[in-house]
Amino acid sequence: MSLKRPAKEQPENFEFNSSSLDAANKIIAKYPKGKQQSAVMALLYIAQRQNNNWIPLAAMKYIAKILDMPYIKVYEVATFYSMYNLSPVGKYFVQVCTTTPCMIRGANKLVEACKEKISENESELSSDKSCSWMEVECLGACVNAPMMQINDEYYEDLNKEKTLEILDKILKGETPKAGSYRGRINNEPENNRKTLMEFKNA
Amino acid sequence: MLKDKDRIFQNLYNDLGSDIISAQKRGDWVSTKEIISKGRDWIINEVKDSQLRGRGGAGFPTGLKWSFAPKEVRSRPHYLVINADESEPGTCKDRDILRFEPHKLIEGCLIASYAVQAHVCYIYIRGEYFVDGQKLQAAIDEAYEKKLIGKDASGTGWDLDIFIHYGAGAYICGEETALLESIEGNKGQPRLKPPFPALVGLYGCPTIINNVETIAVVPTILKRGGKWFASLGREKNTGTKIFCISGNVNSPCNVEEEMNIPLKELIEVHAGGVVGGWDNLQAVIPGGSSMPLIPKEKCETLTMDFDSLVTEKSGLGTAGVVVINKDQDIIKCMARIARFYKHESCGQCTPCREGSGWMWRMLERMAKGEASKDEIEMLGDVTKQIEGHTICAFGEGSSWPVQGLLRHFKDEIKKRNKFDPIVKENKNIPYLVDQHLLDKNA
Repeated sequence: MSLKRPAKEQPENFEFNSSSLDAANKIIAKYPKGKQQSAVMALLYIAQRQNNNWIPLAAMKYIAKILDMPYIKVYEVATFYSMYNLSPVGKYFVQVCTTTPCMIRGANKLVEACKEKISENESELSSDKSCSWMEVECLGACVNAPMMQINDEYYEDLNKEKTLEILDKILKGETPKAGSYRGRINNEPENNRKTLMEFKNA
Repeated sequence: MLKDKDRIFQNLYNDLGSDIISAQKRGDWVSTKEIISKGRDWIINEVKDSQLRGRGGAGFPTGLKWSFAPKEVRSRPHYLVINADESEPGTCKDRDILRFEPHKLIEGCLIASYAVQAHVCYIYIRGEYFVDGQKLQAAIDEAYEKKLIGKDASGTGWDLDIFIHYGAGAYICGEETALLESIEGNKGQPRLKPPFPALVGLYGCPTIINNVETIAVVPTILKRGGKWFASLGREKNTGTKIFCISGNVNSPCNVEEEMNIPLKELIEVHAGGVVGGWDNLQAVIPGGSSMPLIPKEKCETLTMDFDSLVTEKSGLGTAGVVVINKDQDIIKCMARIARFYKHESCGQCTPCREGSGWMWRMLERMAKGEASKDEIEMLGDVTKQIEGHTICAFGEGSSWPVQGLLRHFKDEIKKRNKFDPIVKENKNIPYLVDQHLLDKNA
């Protein structure tokens, strides 16, 4: 289990803006009548997007009211799942996978790069407060190891130099191109493809 | 090697495009109506004949699972749930299906929903696959637009709605009952079985839960016949499977191959060989992190299917092959896997919640050579106390890799951890009051 604590400084109020509210209503409609509680995960995620990548306690109270469920149940969900950030993480949230398949291909180099560029400790904001990094468990792109995720996008087939380049870009406020950084196409074996040859470059 | 025409996922590397027009050219959504018009019993029998086993890890026969759904819909509606919460370290096959072959999955959802009489299908995608989920959503929207799903889906008279539900980074939600709890808006903590989800599942209604790959291969099976699928692989381990080969290989990749393919062929032919040559191989994790590793000697002749791996005291699991060469410290690799399980335990059952942390800390010390030699047996003991004493299979998942390490690399651990905590010699230490017990002349 992992331990999560809400941030010490919390905003007083939180409300969805109109686009968030639209998205929330669309999601609630996916579930049967009376089962609106099912939408809690998606609504927390919407709140996180609206509020610079983190969820304040006021948002949980607000969502509890919308979905007509106890606040404690929203809090339970928000603390159980690891993708909800309960304290500020910056505009760019860097997650480095360090589980075994990435580890044996040198994920620790990516961690070193993050320590050099962003902050000495994980979950600590960079000096300009624009980003933070964290070691996470398997992100499910093992054949593209080592890799990291920045906000929604995957950056794959990395090494230390490539990681430093990417981090430089985000510190300048740019969004680097996602995908493989060794120029390979998706999950195909590099220079060694033996299957589905008739479609290659078709 | 499997012939290209027998590969189900023709667009595994996205050479052809994942949009509906390209998908239809590859044969998706062709003759869906005819298949459904043959009726439920025909579909379920054909899937049974194909001997398709679930691709999510446990390998349960799919046709049998579908036949558990109640024959008549009573007051409670039926649901179909697709498990796309792919989080097992070493596995990344479902992601490729979601982004490159979404129409195979959606067509499979329609057929499966019809077979188990569900009008609503939820696809549970792990939250990190947000971008891939968007691609699937685009494909679902295309299918709605072409009236392939929705009201009177594909002209079959069957209504089907497909919704995506995103997870939020919990490995445990890949366990089917935890997944249901998560869709219901709770913490993802597994439920006790029985009752099984086929009778009491989502919102207390009959629910059939299948892995992405299982559902995505169903349309092709029905189009080409269960016999064709059963002719690949071997008895009870039929068909094709997407293998993910990662770790210390020259060309890590996903590849669809026949069941029962030799592991050596998978690594040497498709993944470009082990880094440093075959002799540099140390061990292989054959089916995602929760399956016990297999040492090099056995890798020479090993074939990859459910039953042959069980005889090696391991399992095919999700077919995520992690290759570890001799440059790696095997104890450290397993300690990292133990840390993964310690992080992902849901905390519901004490043996798993506490034990996963114990295993991690002991292994970390063993990697550094700081453990005492008694602890090696103790670690084995701890795994036995977790395994089988938890609500879900996570207990086995966390203890099996450690057992695999102890089974095959005990000498390595012993070599590194020689520290003996018991004082055997008569030393003049004032606080050791029981020293007289060591007196050999007594």
